[in-house]
Amino acid sequence: MNSPRPGQRGEFAPTSTSGHHGPQGEVETAPPNSSGGLDLFTLGEPIADTKAPDGPIETRWQRRRFDAKLVNPANRRKLTVIVVGTGLAGGSAAATLGEQGYRVRSYCYQDSPRRAHSIAAQGGINAAKNYRNDGDSIQRLFYDTVKGGDFRSRESNVRRLAEVSVEIIDQAVAQGVPFAREYGGLLDTRSFGGAQVQRTFYARGQTGQQLLLGAYQALERQIGQGRVEMHSRHEMLELIVVDGRARGIVVRDLVTGEIGCDFADAVVLASGGYGNVFYLSTNAKGCNVTATWRAHRKGALFANPCYTQIHPTCIPVSGDHQSKLTLMSESLRNDGRVWVPKAAGDDRPPRQIPEDERDYFLERMYPSFGNLVPRDIASRAAKNVCDSGRGVGQTGLGVYLDFADAIDRLGRSTIADRYGNLFEMYQRITGEDPYEVPMRIYPAVHYTMGGLWVDYDLQATIPGLFVIGEANFSDHGANRLGASALMQGLADGYFVLPSTIADYLAAGPFEALTDEHPEVVAARDDVTDRLSRLLACQGDRTVDSFHRELGQIMWDHCGMERTDAGLRKALAEIRALRDQFWQRVKVPGDGEGLNQALEKAGRVADFFELAELMCVDALHRTESAGGHFRAESQTPEGEAQRDDDHFSYVAAWEFTGADQPPVLHREDLHFEYVHPTQRSYK
Amino acid sequence: MNLTLRIWRQTGPDDPGRMVSYQVPDVSPDMSFLEMLDVLNDRLTLDGEAPVAFDHDCREGICGACGMVINGVAHGPERATTACQLHMRHFRDGQTIDIEPWRAKAFPVIKDLVVDRSAFDRIVAAGGYITAPTGAAPEAHAQLVRKSDADAAFESAACIGCGACVAACPNGSAMLFTAAKVSHLSLLPQGQPERSTRVVGMIDAHDAEGFGGCTNIGECTAVCPKGIPLTSIGRLNRDYLKATRDRDGAPAT
Repeated sequence: MNSPRPGQRGEFAPTSTSGHHGPQGEVETAPPNSSGGLDLFTLGEPIADTKAPDGPIETRWQRRRFDAKLVNPANRRKLTVIVVGTGLAGGSAAATLGEQGYRVRSYCYQDSPRRAHSIAAQGGINAAKNYRNDGDSIQRLFYDTVKGGDFRSRESNVRRLAEVSVEIIDQAVAQGVPFAREYGGLLDTRSFGGAQVQRTFYARGQTGQQLLLGAYQALERQIGQGRVEMHSRHEMLELIVVDGRARGIVVRDLVTGEIGCDFADAVVLASGGYGNVFYLSTNAKGCNVTATWRAHRKGALFANPCYTQIHPTCIPVSGDHQSKLTLMSESLRNDGRVWVPKAAGDDRPPRQIPEDERDYFLERMYPSFGNLVPRDIASRAAKNVCDSGRGVGQTGLGVYLDFADAIDRLGRSTIADRYGNLFEMYQRITGEDPYEVPMRIYPAVHYTMGGLWVDYDLQATIPGLFVIGEANFSDHGANRLGASALMQGLADGYFVLPSTIADYLAAGPFEALTDEHPEVVAARDDVTDRLSRLLACQGDRTVDSFHRELGQIMWDHCGMERTDAGLRKALAEIRALRDQFWQRVKVPGDGEGLNQALEKAGRVADFFELAELMCVDALHRTESAGGHFRAESQTPEGEAQRDDDHFSYVAAWEFTGADQPPVLHREDLHFEYVHPTQRSYK
Repeated sequence: MNLTLRIWRQTGPDDPGRMVSYQVPDVSPDMSFLEMLDVLNDRLTLDGEAPVAFDHDCREGICGACGMVINGVAHGPERATTACQLHMRHFRDGQTIDIEPWRAKAFPVIKDLVVDRSAFDRIVAAGGYITAPTGAAPEAHAQLVRKSDADAAFESAACIGCGACVAACPNGSAMLFTAAKVSHLSLLPQGQPERSTRVVGMIDAHDAEGFGGCTNIGECTAVCPKGIPLTSIGRLNRDYLKATRDRDGAPAT
């Protein structure tokens, strides 16, 4: 038995110390020790979420809010909060904190807070309104989300999310978000993956845009009233920690190149996910891990980094020049049918393939959910049919998403009403008309469930550091359901954080800081040193060429399917490539003024370090769960096989220094209300 | 295909700027316009020259970050298409393509093709919202909205704030941008209480930022990647007239 105790070095996931899962030593699937001599990590003390109340789950959030300290309105004016990021989470948090009377300073790297990548979310937002009278409830949304996350999320958090979901819709409607409506004037809803009820509210294919503009307008109102100070085109490059508390950030003004420090009583990171570690993803080009990674290096634990979501319906890669991938909303699976030819190598045009020679593989494999199985399942199914040689398109890496039946049934104009803008986008990119020929789609990296570890209050392991939205790890477990990202971002930003942060701020204001404080000087020097090193290399390769290569390694070995051997190979390759990066990268220009290559270089440098941690996390978790599919752990039907006896925990990683093995802290997960089962969508 | 690009280069606000020619060989028709610029920038970087600065982010036509005047047309030759969604299959081998930044007094150039569009944010801050503090919202179904109103509001709300309308307008007016927000909110029942203060506040901010007046030319709507209709400006004018008449008293007849 290879089961290290705290303090020991471990090559593999320790197994026998998670007491509540069963007697120690009762381990049948303990992974073999094939250590190649690498010390990948050490095992630290377990970690626990001490903020979530226990007792009946229905009243936990209510009780936490009642028990949390309050800050009276006169004192709020004396407290400053920095919010990094202006997406759904950050924008709504900054606006709400401003409304409450705190002094807020908001930062984003884009030229306007309205451009944060939440804007690109297409399909919708879930809420347990049960307007359809189809059996929905807070309890059912809670259940679907815990199950959808493959039983790797916290019950308390998910329950709260489901409760808050109904308030979000009210809030957005009051702001004038133009959701789709029925002829009677009521809000329309549709279905999304992993649910058998219609609880997804939407604004055509631009739900994220409309919700973000709602938050942005609320934020601009606070800016206009002088309660929020906005700093666009600024990028956070370091977290300032003084006396164990998060007290500020080091930022670079992307226009002047000036490095500055800003201080506050609390810092909120709402900086999004890290899908761009794969280079090609559906993220915006600027999305990056730097804010959260810098905080991680300063002591914040990073949880479940290997949980990444590969979205099944994206436009396939067309060539080496490809700079990003474009999502085709999951909502398309309401009416589109996914298929490939039954015979491998059948390269007839799709309309010439007769019905009985087509394999509608999702409908065949999962008759009760059909085309609307959760994303992880749909993606793997698509990969498997392509791996068996039945993929379509020039590269063979694609499956059809066909609307012919829906157009016959509903008419072209109904389909245009529902998905018109998506069809146009598809046509612009591919030059093909999806009303006439089926779309070709393939899975692509879309969302990251992992992120900085936070407790029930959304506070990281550094006091005073709060993390919201995709940047934290909290609510989606190992797989996020469609239309739940918007829900979580807005739940965190409008409702959860503004309640919980007061409990921390009640102890403030904290001692005033100046630029001369040793911790501030050190943080600032770290930033200027790193930028100087990047500029000084003057090698022979561009930042993008390294990023592309890193992304390929991650996609090949830490993507839709992961193996022990592949992950080890990836680790060795990443380390070698990272060394090359620091010797051979060429960043033109200097640090003065706008230098987009320098911005990218700093982000890619952090992606290298994150990539290693993702692989270590994926290697240690020898089970499959949700978006994390280990080839060694599957059911006879090829579905993800969890190993609850050994892995029913959150893996929270501690940074110990560059090239030092990280320390694993485990937070055991307890399920009192939703009993873990083998997920089935058949 | 092989292309000649003539690109506006300007090192900073104080540099007068100039067009510079570049040859770009081996362009694939499947590339997006920005991917073609990526290829150029990689080469410039390795040659020790400064890459061309341009704003971009989502590259799927929704964030509104990208924007450049391509052969004299904001966002280029394809209708209802942002520069990031424009593909090289719409150009031909051997073509010369001019690429310039948005040019407007209220959008000062920062570098090359990057301009400062923060004036748009200040117009929104001057009234482009519905006051609905978090937590105070009534139940979503408490107020019904006619589907046609919701759809029309959505049509205006689809504006991505890219600034093409300003770049295309001979007056450098941001009236289509402003009207899109005014229309979106004034079409909804939730937007009624602030309908007058909103339009007046936004127009005041618009003028103070140095945007020109609207003379109903319509270049804005022709280049708008989201097809915001010119009728939204009519709606803005009506709201503005009513708001100022209510404020100033009806003009003597």
